[in-house]
Amino acid sequence: MATAAARLQQARRLPGVEGVWVFIAADMAMFGLLFVSFMLERQKNLALFEHSRHTLDANFGGINTLILLTSSWFVVLAVDAAKRNRVQRVAPCLAAAMICGFAFTVSKALEYADKLRSGISMLTNDFYMYYFALTGIHLLHVAAGCVVLAVLWKRARAGTYNSAQCVGLECGASYWHMVDLLWILLFPLLYLLR
Amino acid sequence: MSILLKPAALIWLLLMLATCTTTWWLSKDAFPATVATVATVLIAAFKARLVLLNFMEVRHAPLPWRLMFEAWVLLVTAAVLSIYLQTPMNT
Repeated sequence: MATAAARLQQARRLPGVEGVWVFIAADMAMFGLLFVSFMLERQKNLALFEHSRHTLDANFGGINTLILLTSSWFVVLAVDAAKRNRVQRVAPCLAAAMICGFAFTVSKALEYADKLRSGISMLTNDFYMYYFALTGIHLLHVAAGCVVLAVLWKRARAGTYNSAQCVGLECGASYWHMVDLLWILLFPLLYLLR
Repeated sequence: MSILLKPAALIWLLLMLATCTTTWWLSKDAFPATVATVATVLIAAFKARLVLLNFMEVRHAPLPWRLMFEAWVLLVTAAVLSIYLQTPMNT
């Protein structure tokens, strides 16, 4: 029995259901194209992109990266707790991940407000068009992720997730990690390339 | 705590350190722009791969899935770097 279980454990599998992974792959492909398109536009207009980039505050971007990484880490802990049948620990971990998601959203809102106050909008130039579009699309992903985490949290509080039943949790976790992964690449492109 | 958990904690720490390195150290003017940028993009790719393999558990995914995601990281990084390096006056 033990070896059979171990073999099952070692079997190659994707967490959650395959449909979520098809969505993740499609989403990543779209972002990949947007990244390349940003780079090509930057190539055409380097002076403008470099000048505009200097108005961004890398501290915001860096702190946001740390926030999302930590959020992802809490989600890893939540999935791990469920798999170990530490049912009580799942919900607090998800709550912590959700709070990080909210913190990211607030930080982004402050950043946007600062830009708009300085008279900078999506229409200012091509760099800001990309800046607002890319970070905006990503922010929508964060907002959707917070809703997903809230649903998972509510269900975890009811004790839904354990080692025998964690597919839903895994689906949400995989999506949330992807949101983190996309920001990891988006942040240096917009804020750090020189 | 457990075999599964310990590496994940180390990976989280590594990701945090890598982020601090690119954001608040490599971005300083003391580093030549091209060197700092290439290093920053490579570190970002490394971080993305860490998240994919460890947090998203792609390390244990069926091989075609794993290869597809690894290829995505490789392609995006190669495209970004080659366009960056072909952009004139990037120093």
